[in-house]
Amino acid sequence: MNQDLRREREAASFNPELLTHVLDGSPESTRRRREIENLILNDPDFQHEDLNFLTRSQRYEVAVRKSATMVKKMREFGIADPEEIMWFKRMHLVNFVEPVGLNFSMFIPTLLNQGTTAQQEKWLLSSKGLQIIGTYAQTEMGHGTHLRGLETTATYDPETQEFVLNSPTVTSIKWWPGGLGKTSNHAIVLAQLITKGKCYGLHAFIVPIREIGTHKPLPGITVGDIGPKFGYDEMDNGYLKMDNYRIPRENMLMKYAQVKPDGTYMKPVSNKLTYGTMVFVRSFLVGEAARSLSKACTIAIRYSAVRHQSEIKPGEPEPQILDFQTQQYKLFPLLATAYAFQFVGAYMKETYHRINEDIGQGDLSELPELHALTAGLKAFTSWTTNAAIEACRMACGGHGYSHCSGLPNIYVTFTPTCTFEGENTVMMLQTARFLMKSYDQVHAGKLVCGMVSYLNGLPTQRIQPQQVAVWPAVVDIDSPDSLTEAYKLRATRLVEIAAKNLQNEVIHRKSKEVAWNLTSVDLVRASEAHCHYVAVKLFSEKLLKIEDKSVHAVLRNLCLLYCLYGISQKAGDFLQGSIMTESQITQVNQRIKELLIAIRPDAVALVDAFDFQDVTLGSVLGRYDGNVYENLFEWAKKSPLNKSEVHESYFKYLKPLQSKL
Amino acid sequence: MGSPVHRVSLGDTWSRQVHPNIESERHIQSFNVESLINILDGGAQNTALRRKVESIIHSDPEFSLKYNYFMTQNERYVAAVQKKFHLQTIAKRLGWLENSLEFHYAYRALSGEVALSLHHLFLKSLRTLGSEEQIAKWTPLCNEFQIIASYAQTELGHGTNLRGLETEATYDAATQEFVVHSPTLTATKWWPGDMGRSATHTLVQAQLICSGARQGMHAFIVPIRSLQDHTPLPGVTVGDIGPKMDFDHTDNGFLQLDHVRVPRENMLSRFAQVLPDGTYIKLGTSQTNYFSLVVVRVDLLLGEIIPLLQKACVIAIRYSVIRRQSSIRPSDPEVKILDYQTQQQKLFPPLATAYAFHFLASSLLEFLHSSYDAILNKDFSHLPELHALSAGIKAMISDLCLQGTELCRQACGGHGYSKLSGLPSLVSRVTASCTYEGDNTVLYLQTARFLVKNYLQAQAQATPGSTLQKSLPQSIAYLTTTDLARCPAQKAADFLHPKLYTTAWAHVATRLIKDSVHHLQTVMQSGADWDEAWNQTTVIHLQAAKAHCFYISVKSFTETLEKLENDLAVQQVLKRLCDLYALHGILTNAGDFLHDGFLSGAQVDAVRTAYLDLLRLIRKDAILLTDAFDFTDQCLNSALGCYDGNVYERLFHWAQKSPTNTQRNPAYEKYLRPLLQSWRSKL
Repeated sequence: MNQDLRREREAASFNPELLTHVLDGSPESTRRRREIENLILNDPDFQHEDLNFLTRSQRYEVAVRKSATMVKKMREFGIADPEEIMWFKRMHLVNFVEPVGLNFSMFIPTLLNQGTTAQQEKWLLSSKGLQIIGTYAQTEMGHGTHLRGLETTATYDPETQEFVLNSPTVTSIKWWPGGLGKTSNHAIVLAQLITKGKCYGLHAFIVPIREIGTHKPLPGITVGDIGPKFGYDEMDNGYLKMDNYRIPRENMLMKYAQVKPDGTYMKPVSNKLTYGTMVFVRSFLVGEAARSLSKACTIAIRYSAVRHQSEIKPGEPEPQILDFQTQQYKLFPLLATAYAFQFVGAYMKETYHRINEDIGQGDLSELPELHALTAGLKAFTSWTTNAAIEACRMACGGHGYSHCSGLPNIYVTFTPTCTFEGENTVMMLQTARFLMKSYDQVHAGKLVCGMVSYLNGLPTQRIQPQQVAVWPAVVDIDSPDSLTEAYKLRATRLVEIAAKNLQNEVIHRKSKEVAWNLTSVDLVRASEAHCHYVAVKLFSEKLLKIEDKSVHAVLRNLCLLYCLYGISQKAGDFLQGSIMTESQITQVNQRIKELLIAIRPDAVALVDAFDFQDVTLGSVLGRYDGNVYENLFEWAKKSPLNKSEVHESYFKYLKPLQSKL
Repeated sequence: MGSPVHRVSLGDTWSRQVHPNIESERHIQSFNVESLINILDGGAQNTALRRKVESIIHSDPEFSLKYNYFMTQNERYVAAVQKKFHLQTIAKRLGWLENSLEFHYAYRALSGEVALSLHHLFLKSLRTLGSEEQIAKWTPLCNEFQIIASYAQTELGHGTNLRGLETEATYDAATQEFVVHSPTLTATKWWPGDMGRSATHTLVQAQLICSGARQGMHAFIVPIRSLQDHTPLPGVTVGDIGPKMDFDHTDNGFLQLDHVRVPRENMLSRFAQVLPDGTYIKLGTSQTNYFSLVVVRVDLLLGEIIPLLQKACVIAIRYSVIRRQSSIRPSDPEVKILDYQTQQQKLFPPLATAYAFHFLASSLLEFLHSSYDAILNKDFSHLPELHALSAGIKAMISDLCLQGTELCRQACGGHGYSKLSGLPSLVSRVTASCTYEGDNTVLYLQTARFLVKNYLQAQAQATPGSTLQKSLPQSIAYLTTTDLARCPAQKAADFLHPKLYTTAWAHVATRLIKDSVHHLQTVMQSGADWDEAWNQTTVIHLQAAKAHCFYISVKSFTETLEKLENDLAVQQVLKRLCDLYALHGILTNAGDFLHDGFLSGAQVDAVRTAYLDLLRLIRKDAILLTDAFDFTDQCLNSALGCYDGNVYERLFHWAQKSPTNTQRNPAYEKYLRPLLQSWRSKL
């Protein structure tokens, strides 16, 4: 092992294993997770290709092979619990995304949620075994997050008892669904249902797109890959165009709404339940943000402990770059953020499961808040993580730009999270809608509960938000609880400002909707402040549950850093709201520097606690053993450009260049 | 007829009409786009020349960039070498001179997808660091491509800190040669462009050792590949460093030298010489070796970095008037997403920044030109200021260009993730600029050092009664002007005065510089020495340097406005951008302005009001402002950003040409079919 890393690990003030247990939920979870990971790592059938040296087509091929063997292996090892399946998949796929992924994450769940028993009987078994490979086709070339704008039509023909599917315009071509381009032979297509001359809005249809046996597109279907992307190289995101393509009536998912053989439309009783999948996916994405950021921090911090550069004092040997204040200032707040998001992700998972049980018992009361919270937190965590991964990459200097660092791949794989499953700005505005509703409720004299209950404290008679002048308590910058209060005050203030500005615009503009648009920048700001408060609150509450003293101490420092760094970045909000004074902000900045020094000796142990296998990190810079440079050189020699000593282009162009000129 | 900007897209046969949604944006022109184009080009004659070059490039199918996004690293490298070859042939035929505007415009038209750019960096370094004889000897060899040269500075274990480089050049007086050697693995040269596969020679930065003494970094011309068969020369291990985020067209390389001997004459010796007997003579200051870096840094701003942000703005803003999504009122048709306040807030600050940086970089370039000859003649009086300015400005420009480009990409939603949007390539190229030619943090700190040093010096010289202005270089003279403690603005409209917000930025920069000096002194008084104290206060130095650079950029923008008095319409539209740029900067750093009470809470609210109003005003001119950058469709290479706005058709046509659609699917045969069949047999 590299000497620097060895010293770092020996000097840590706590046992990272205990922290790993906290992150996994329990020592037992850690044990079982590792057991599953080792099943794969010790399996001779398990091959790991470095995806960086493969072409797009080769990457696709490897990914399909991995999926094909995975189905077999999971059966062989008897992996069936959802959590365990996830661990298994992560290790088996390493950093590949799965072209058949949507079959499991969207096609089957939608079939289960929206299909009748008969429909489930017909398709479920074969899709579980990948006899049919399904995908989920929602977005169109011209339409994304706004579902009602989709143009694809499904027109019922009572004579043949079929639906006729059409993509009437270029903009209506289905665009982006994963696995649609080359892999799937079925798709659940969202289309505007038209029967008896009337449009009833979006419904889901099971559409066969490729012939079983030959895999050729069926007549009336135009399907293909949408071409190269920033990342997701091995995923065949696809397009789908349908021309008078007919499917039987039974292919409409009819658990809720129905079309009778004669074309009569039967309204669904309630479709609030369709919320469920969205909420689940978004809360899952919060955890994914934490995971991606944790990986990036692991790589950047380990490398910063190995890399030596420049000098602090002339004449002395080059220090580890992790000893530079600027490097600590770049990385430690991100490390603190990674931990904060780990806890937010765990909270979202628990909450989802708890509320899901309530829903099962018919209690939908908490669903609106959960929906609003997941939307906002998905946006908040993904935006932050997106920028943070980039910051980690740049903190590795030039080598961060090379695929050897693994960071470009983490970045390009993560960044679509900001736009898919609900574009982030739209998500923030959904949260804002809930906040405004809660604000109105409080004004109408009703109490609100959950994460927005701080709004209950608003004095009802206030006219000017700026008059929120004197706050009751003085912020103690060494107390996570007191800092949580400060964030709460900030959120309260920004929610109130947005609400007042919205009211003002409504008075001037007549139309509520125009007013909404002209206040949307304020509304997004309010949502961000709300989400930031939630993250701070969850982190500081988590501290109370940590028993081990040394782990508690190091997490407390991270929590303080997370809170204080946020304040220093948004100092304007805290000053303008008179939540903190100028001299307190100065103290905050001073305290941040002290925390950097305090965290420094534990930095490597803190990333070790994330417990990523080297193969999962996929990074030469982030290797556990720290032997960076030797391996970097070995890695580079594998570059396709190095296949021959003298490159073909020399004979073709360079030599003639010299003679022709 | 109509605007001369109008050039129909890409020559796609199906695309003969401009999309009505973008055409309507061009109906009412509040200013003359062509005049703005001329301003950006530096004169109408330049615009004409640029368009001439562009038409030559774009009418030649060998220069097509259309298939770039489908290529592997290897294919892109080959294509870039092929384009370079073709370009040189044409240049020779048309008599374009090395370093001419024609070449500059040809690179722009080709989006830099041309190999051997380091060849030109070599020439630049030769001209700044080489003696007249050396220049006379090597320049023709390069110009005739008798040799292909690159520039090798960074090492596997060492980057921005030049002094840390390990490669050694030891003078051997017996043979009058330098022995150039990589003593460790970490000394392996790593990253130099064009070196992996192409170069025959490279300019190696190495520690000079002569007569047993180490004399610091110097530059040596080292032949690395045979001029006969291109194989590596004895003692040379060289190759490509492998796949990267982008720059696939460039063969960034590694190089290990095992006691490779080069003649004494191969050390560039304008500012330092080794005599045959091994005597070392220094002719410059310790900073002269950095001079070629300064030149390169400044050239990159307008030549590479800023156009990337400009293109991103063009693509995202044009797409945002074609894309319709949701409706503001439920009964209305879907609206252009550019009409959403949140979309304007994402896109207009980067647009304003793209303009601000163009003017900032132009003025920096002027400063460089005016000092260049003096420095070559060993008058170094301007070098420290030039160095400090170029360092900080490069850092700020690349940082904010990256932020802006990434914002533009995300503002295009899902399609921004497709390479066919052109945006991923822009992002992954601009992001490299935050590290190459100096890591941004290190560069900001170099500027900070300059600020602190000058401030302390001036303070020391200032005796009671005399102010400290005399000695300060021009770019920091503002530190001594009398400063207001409070901003006098009373309402939102007051913030639309360039003088007011320039003063506000000067105030914040001054305060932060004073603070950073104060912090440094406090730490030193508590017993730390200078270096330790410096490291303990770098976060605030960074902040001070950023504020200083932002102030410089606001100032240069306002000075540009003053020069536009004979075109009031253009002046007005640019003033809005300037206002937006400065106010957006205030809002993102509101804490710094509130901190000492320079702005009150109510004033910050007024800034926000003024800022939101500006978004609405700029909205009307947004498309014209992107047209004024006058990028051809071929050069944008984006399905979303074409001039004619036919986004969706182009996206569909282009995607169908992807090899994933034109070639067989081996994965189906190999894995999917057996998988499907194994299950079928069980059913």
